[in-house]
Amino acid sequence: MPAMTPLTAYIEGIGVLGPGFADWPSAAAILAGEAPYVAAATVLPLPLSLPPAERRRTGGVVKLALAVGFEATTRCGIERSTLATVFSSSGGDGLNCHEICRVLASSDRQLSPTRFHNSVHNVAAGYWSIAAGATAAANVLCAYDASFGAGLVEALTQVAVERTPLMVLAYDTQYPEPLNAKRPIPDAFGVALVLAPDARGTSLAKLTAMLSDSGAERMSEPQLEAMRASIPAARSLPLLRKLARRESGRVTLDYLRHARLALEVEPCS
Amino acid sequence: MTPLRLTSFTAASSMGCGLEETLDALQQQRSGLAPCNFETVDIETHIGEVPGVDATVLPEGLRSFNCRNNRLAQLALMQDDFMAAVASSAAHWGPRRVGVFLGTSTSGMLETELAYRARDPATGALPTEYDYAATHNSFSVADFVLQALHLEGPAAVMCTACSSSAKVFASAQRMISAGMIDAAVVGGVDSLCLTTLYGFHSLQLTSRLPCRPFDVARDGISIGEAAAFILLERPAPRPDGGAIMLLGTGESSDAYHMSSPHPEGRGARASIQQALTAAQLAPADIDYINLHGTATVSNDSAEDLAVTSVFGTRTACSSTKGATGHALGAAGALEAVICALAIEHGFMPGGLSTTAVDPKLNLHYLRENQRANIRHVLSNSFGFGGANCSLIFGRPA
Repeated sequence: MPAMTPLTAYIEGIGVLGPGFADWPSAAAILAGEAPYVAAATVLPLPLSLPPAERRRTGGVVKLALAVGFEATTRCGIERSTLATVFSSSGGDGLNCHEICRVLASSDRQLSPTRFHNSVHNVAAGYWSIAAGATAAANVLCAYDASFGAGLVEALTQVAVERTPLMVLAYDTQYPEPLNAKRPIPDAFGVALVLAPDARGTSLAKLTAMLSDSGAERMSEPQLEAMRASIPAARSLPLLRKLARRESGRVTLDYLRHARLALEVEPCS
Repeated sequence: MTPLRLTSFTAASSMGCGLEETLDALQQQRSGLAPCNFETVDIETHIGEVPGVDATVLPEGLRSFNCRNNRLAQLALMQDDFMAAVASSAAHWGPRRVGVFLGTSTSGMLETELAYRARDPATGALPTEYDYAATHNSFSVADFVLQALHLEGPAAVMCTACSSSAKVFASAQRMISAGMIDAAVVGGVDSLCLTTLYGFHSLQLTSRLPCRPFDVARDGISIGEAAAFILLERPAPRPDGGAIMLLGTGESSDAYHMSSPHPEGRGARASIQQALTAAQLAPADIDYINLHGTATVSNDSAEDLAVTSVFGTRTACSSTKGATGHALGAAGALEAVICALAIEHGFMPGGLSTTAVDPKLNLHYLRENQRANIRHVLSNSFGFGGANCSLIFGRPA
């Protein structure tokens, strides 16, 4: 059997948006224990990066992904238009899906073309490529509750094999009723990490990943643990906490039913 | 890139179930398209429906996954001893060393559409038996296939619309190259539902007639459904002279528009060139191109520009969507299987339904089957959101 290439990458930029988390600096202060966590509904900003005609058509999932994508690439030394991307979400745009199903169950099945093109799972990737002028590969994944882990595994293998920087984004938004009762996601949460194959002067931390049988690490604060357990993209919280505290060591994240993802984290100077 | 072996493959489409029926339909130039009488759909269009999907029963223990998409997956898994090939691969490498990467665009969406009709009139609640995770969610098809094949490797579903099940080849190739796994079940499963039929209709992208790729009078797609699976493996130390290999992959984004391709085929050209570079091949090495060829006015003209800018006008090309319909998220994997059959059986499938090739399009479009000794084929898949993927298959020297 050939030796496994260590899945290693350097984090160059971070973006976060979620309930009580306005951006990465404020989330980091909370996760590092320097500021209290105050529960608040996620506020999705208007995607000003898009032309007005496109901006009007975007739903929550696009606003969320673009917000964390722009944050992660603003405080990072890599030009965003050059980055390949991996988008991962456990569902598409929940409200849009509901509206389509509602119309198709009615006596008038005329769908709006905008509803339909917003229904594709890669809608955020499409708008990101337009907003950022990014022409490199965009991979768009879904792995239900394992979506953050699946996105990170795809991103780390791509960095290891292609040896080029990329950004991985994981994001989830809530469904309205009646789908919410079947798939309760309490609020929107998104995270973006810019990853590079080699250390740069600006690198924040080194990540080395492997599959693991250990259990996933939990958050000690009940509200943050509830967020981790109920929003697939928030399965990233134990990693974000380690990064916020600039701690080195291992963190195990939730992934598939049959495997977890163990990450060695090493802050860079 | 390191070539990967296509150890086993199979497909179910409107052309037929399994390789024998698929090959026969291709060789007899038989289309699977028929006027739409799917469910309660009242659109005048042609579709490529797979016969026998609803009669397919999921294995004991996996019945919660029951929806049209997973029944279609199961129907394809049962063909061509595919499951036995996967079992043998898993026994060789270990079940944790075999990944599952599948493409879909709508997964079990039909199940949710039906559940919305059955909402409780008083509360609006969905029926108790409706299972979001096992049917609606895009990942359900990968979860079903993982469990049906007893695999324990990394898994994900790729959702880049109509390039989904082409891009899974690139994903699996990277995982194998990185040493995460040694083999992968890749493929695509996409089934008919109202969202795509009414959705493409709302964009005025469905044709009333069977779709006519590259025709002067082409006026839209015929929606199809399909499931196709391919077992990709790290090749043995000595190359297997007979095996068909994945030789190159290329991926790009248009960064142009959500539902229209870049008019000059900028992204398409980039993905074709990357695939050639990865395969270390020159344009002249490609014997046949299986086009994305959806039969929309804009796709075919953009693809024509992209292809001719790289290959000139002599390389034989066709779209097999006149035979299968556009299987959306399953199109890339279905057309990979068609490419493998073309190499194995030495023929280039002519494009059906096209009667007069658009004189404004310059690539060499085949309307009749042609016998040929094929070494290398290129397959294009382009999706909404500008997600492009090109794959090269062939027999290495």
